[in-house]
Amino acid sequence: MNRRRPRYYGLMAEFDTPTAIVAAARRAYAEGYRRMDTYTPFPVEGLAEELHFHRTRVPLIVLLGGLTGCLGGYFLQYWIMAIYWPVNVGGRPLNSWPMFIPVTFELTVLLAALSAVLGMLALNGLPHPYHPVFNVPRFSLASQDRFFLCIEASDPRFDRSATRYFLESLAPQEVSDVES
Amino acid sequence: MAVEQLPPRVVDREPDLPPVIGPGHTFRSVTDKISSIVLTRRTPPGWFAGFAISFLFVMLLGFAVGYLLIKGVGIWGIDIPVAWGFAIVNFVWWIGIGHAGTLISAILLLLNQKWRTSINRFAEAMTLFAVACAAMFPLLHLGRPWLFYWLFPYPNIMNVQPQFRSPLVWDVFAVSTYFTVSLLFWFVGLIPDLATLRDRARSAAGRFIYGMLAMGWRGSARHWKRYEVAYLLLAGLSTPLVVSVHTVVSFDFSISILPGWHSTIFPPYFVAGAIFSGFAMVLTIAIPLRKFYGLEDFITLRHLDNSGKVMLATGLIVAYGYMSEIFLSWYSKDKFEWFMTLNRIRGPYWMVFWSVMLCNIAIPQLLWSRRVRLSPRALFLVSLAINTGMWLERYMIVITSLSRDFMPSAWGRYAATVWDYAVFTGTIGFFVALMFLFVRFLPAISIFEVRTLLPQAKVKEESLP
Repeated sequence: MNRRRPRYYGLMAEFDTPTAIVAAARRAYAEGYRRMDTYTPFPVEGLAEELHFHRTRVPLIVLLGGLTGCLGGYFLQYWIMAIYWPVNVGGRPLNSWPMFIPVTFELTVLLAALSAVLGMLALNGLPHPYHPVFNVPRFSLASQDRFFLCIEASDPRFDRSATRYFLESLAPQEVSDVES
Repeated sequence: MAVEQLPPRVVDREPDLPPVIGPGHTFRSVTDKISSIVLTRRTPPGWFAGFAISFLFVMLLGFAVGYLLIKGVGIWGIDIPVAWGFAIVNFVWWIGIGHAGTLISAILLLLNQKWRTSINRFAEAMTLFAVACAAMFPLLHLGRPWLFYWLFPYPNIMNVQPQFRSPLVWDVFAVSTYFTVSLLFWFVGLIPDLATLRDRARSAAGRFIYGMLAMGWRGSARHWKRYEVAYLLLAGLSTPLVVSVHTVVSFDFSISILPGWHSTIFPPYFVAGAIFSGFAMVLTIAIPLRKFYGLEDFITLRHLDNSGKVMLATGLIVAYGYMSEIFLSWYSKDKFEWFMTLNRIRGPYWMVFWSVMLCNIAIPQLLWSRRVRLSPRALFLVSLAINTGMWLERYMIVITSLSRDFMPSAWGRYAATVWDYAVFTGTIGFFVALMFLFVRFLPAISIFEVRTLLPQAKVKEESLP
């Protein structure tokens, strides 16, 4: 019964309030389901925590990007002004660091911002134009006013009829199969 | 049941203020209202008329720039001693206008100001378009704009590199970073709304284009979590960035030794002036936008009131800047500085100086009145005055200092030519045309963020299992 079927992604339940989706996610987690996700038209507070998704690596990526920009920016200027093309102006120091701060700062921000956006997209697996959940006709409401919980067939506890029975017990608007 | 029939209210600490969103909205009505401008509503004839007029000015810009490329910068009014002229005046003016967009989207986000939500999208678009206009001027002013890439350090067979001790090179980095980060911030904010448009579009082309731009966004809880973290970090990065950009612009002036430029008040006074003029431009756009598209529920009087307050506060900082400059030029006992001050007040450009005082100091005092702040028409007029005043301020700073510096034998006069005006009005047309296209093809108000403003977006802890 638990065998994972090809061409079958999971079961999706539709809710109409943010409170209902948080409650559903909490119940599903308590029931032992792990491979599931919720789809909402805006960030619902605490929903990721219900799925026990607490930490993201985005801040770390931004930190690394910012450090790269900072060190790279400074050494770019140091190398050009002091090594590649040194200009002696009345014996003033070639490594005139205060004059290098503005560009160092700008490049820090530039690389940190680029890594925030690209890192966020990469961790989210975007761009990803096709996804099985889009096969559910009513899923287009997930970007408008409805809230969806999808339990994936790859979950070890997934059972097509038992899971459907469980989702029905959460009083959703509708439960649908997700073809992949 | 009885509870549900009550009109939802947005919780406000100050109950006598207008709300940040009109009453009675649902997730669906918010989505319908904002996305219908792009997807279903007939494009109003006023849109075509406005776009056509602004596009005429884009053509003028193309013509003026084409002629400039053929003849060179000699067609402008610039000469020695006034070699900067309109190009730098317009550059500083446009880039200052951009600053309000970043302030609204980044700084107000960090300060948890909910009223930013319905105006941040078009304010960010305004930033992008204003920075695009701004960036044109220094490039055209180069004389040989097609060699602009010489401004960047890259390995080249000439074995020369930019001078990193020059604020003009800092400007290159500051403005290009500012443009890139503003674009990223704007696009990241758009992704969930593009997904909404993808799911609501009726035409195949609309579904395809918005679908590709939305990159397959599906609103997963894990995605939202990373998204919010990234967005917050972008806001945190943009906040010092926006302050740094106008600071670097002011360094272009204050690091020189020219009387009237060589002053330590320049960075804060330029940043305040930038926000001052930027909010004026936000209102100049928001007031007609909310009226013509019936968005009074989203851009409420609260937004106008708050923008008026920001303009008043930054206007007073600018006024302090003027006063401090005048005081210090007298107190320094530097005869060139003091001459420069008197020359501004009663020299050949006295009209500019007094118009600046009128537009930037006198007229904004009307904003002390609540009646003015809550009246769209009055605010619109005040914001037009401030836009003009801030342009004239940059004219005053650039032209008066350059035209009469130290030696009377080296003095000169500056007058803009018709080509200066053609390029300047051309960029205004370019900016307005881009705003028209933006309002028509992208949601001018962030739909998903407005949804979070609704009272029903709150999770009711007490009804959870």
